[in-house]
Amino acid sequence: MPDQDRGQPRDAAERAQFHRVAQYASRPVGISFDGEPIVAMEGESLLAALLTARGSLRQHEFDGGRRAGFCLMGACQDCWVELADGRRLRACTTPVEDGMAVVSQVWPKDEVA
Amino acid sequence: MSTVVIVGAGPAGIRAACTLVEHGLRPIVIDEARLPGGQGYRRPSPALPLDMKRLMGSEYGKYDALHRAFDALRDRIDYRSSTLVWGIDGNTLYLISDGRPSTQTFDKLILATGAMDKVAPLAGVTLPGVFTLGGAQIALKDQGCLIGRRVAFVGSSPLLTLAAKQYRQMGADIALIADTTPLKDKIRELPALAKSPRTLMRGIAYHAHAWARGTPMLSGVNSIAIEGATHVEAIRVTDSSGRQRTIACDAVALGYGLKPETQLADLAGARFAYDALFNLWLPVTDADGRAADHLYLAGDGAAIGGADAAEASGALAAFAALTDLQIAVPAATMAGLRRTVSRLRAFQRGLAGAFAWPRDMIRQLPDDLTLCRCEDVSIGDVRAAMRREIAPVEINRVKAITRCGMGRCQGRICGPALQEIVADAARCTGAAAGRLRGQAPVKPIALAADSEP
Repeated sequence: MPDQDRGQPRDAAERAQFHRVAQYASRPVGISFDGEPIVAMEGESLLAALLTARGSLRQHEFDGGRRAGFCLMGACQDCWVELADGRRLRACTTPVEDGMAVVSQVWPKDEVA
Repeated sequence: MSTVVIVGAGPAGIRAACTLVEHGLRPIVIDEARLPGGQGYRRPSPALPLDMKRLMGSEYGKYDALHRAFDALRDRIDYRSSTLVWGIDGNTLYLISDGRPSTQTFDKLILATGAMDKVAPLAGVTLPGVFTLGGAQIALKDQGCLIGRRVAFVGSSPLLTLAAKQYRQMGADIALIADTTPLKDKIRELPALAKSPRTLMRGIAYHAHAWARGTPMLSGVNSIAIEGATHVEAIRVTDSSGRQRTIACDAVALGYGLKPETQLADLAGARFAYDALFNLWLPVTDADGRAADHLYLAGDGAAIGGADAAEASGALAAFAALTDLQIAVPAATMAGLRRTVSRLRAFQRGLAGAFAWPRDMIRQLPDDLTLCRCEDVSIGDVRAAMRREIAPVEINRVKAITRCGMGRCQGRICGPALQEIVADAARCTGAAAGRLRGQAPVKPIALAADSEP
């Protein structure tokens, strides 16, 4: 399954984890997740922008499983994501910015302990 | 003029700032969040039209009053949002804001750092879709999002039914509300809880709301497991009659009450004592919040008391700092605040019995469960390390050897459960197992930031 090796969702139609019940009245912001474009809204957290479009945020460094954050208040540090430009951000407390390119799987699968 | 720094802009920090401003000071208020309010009274982004009146329900008046108080204060304080205090050395705070480091000295320091959920290990806890109970509420208040469409609320907390009510009002299906504390233990605490009748009635109303809508509600559950291959698909519990139940859901909110955020208090020199009711090490303060020379603790970051206690204890800590700065304060007001704080914190102790940390259940959890989600350390890894020859029996040594509690969250998530696993393996009390020490930086910062600008 080459898709899985690139860290992309196993299922192209992977369901979103979050369900938005109030819509931002702000301008759209273009970000991407593993190369696939996602339209976010200004003011939205990076975590909310990703989880309203995808089921998880990243691959865990040690257990190799997918993670989607946990405490959502900047304490557990479970939602740190890496951008293609090398920046590392805590998704729950970081507002989205135009052009953020999140790479969800940084480690090749066979190198994960 | 003396420099008084307040860390945290929740109810305690805001009321502390109000009190200082009323007495002619211009405090510095440092807050990690982008917007004031803390966690419980979190304010959504101005661009997010969220019906906070509906969401906050009976607490909307207080929520609104606090935010109005802050707005009136805004120009009379030095407010630094999105700023993390990552270290404290003597009377110097080490800050980072938007990647830029700086320092700030203080004459008096008021820490109003708040609290977070207390959680315990369970099968499937790292699956995408499992969030803390507080996290589930923040997703809603901060971002206008539900953590799933069909959500299970589990743990032991009065906030399980409150969050479930908020979620239902916003359109979610509630799959289950499951509490580990047996019903008889809750009934036993009723006389103590009746001392704060308004809060007790609110709790009963939340239960009635769920009951009237046919939400499955269980108490005294055990053996909680979350099932799913790549995300949450179902929750399995054993109910109080021993029957196993599996209920489909796509998200889980998990919480066993709150624990104070005490890392900064630790770095600032507070003493700690083990509290056998909360099963936590809590900072020691006098009735007004004094914890050490020039150090004052307020709100849930000092002792869990809820938002009303946070407001009162914030004002009280500010009065204590003013007193120590030789500024005259109204003694009668302080006495009233002391009574309020003491009553509300005593109520929380009653709640801690009705919604108990499941100590025995945690000590008996199987080896294969993940204890430390940062470093992927299992309960069995900790037990195995402690069974070896010349094995560690103290929690900081166990941390050094197993890396449990050494990850990015610094033991915030695994700490309370690690305390139980260590105490059980060492056959000692939670207190004798030792206390996980706070370390700077209290949260991850870029290596490049750990230097003077």
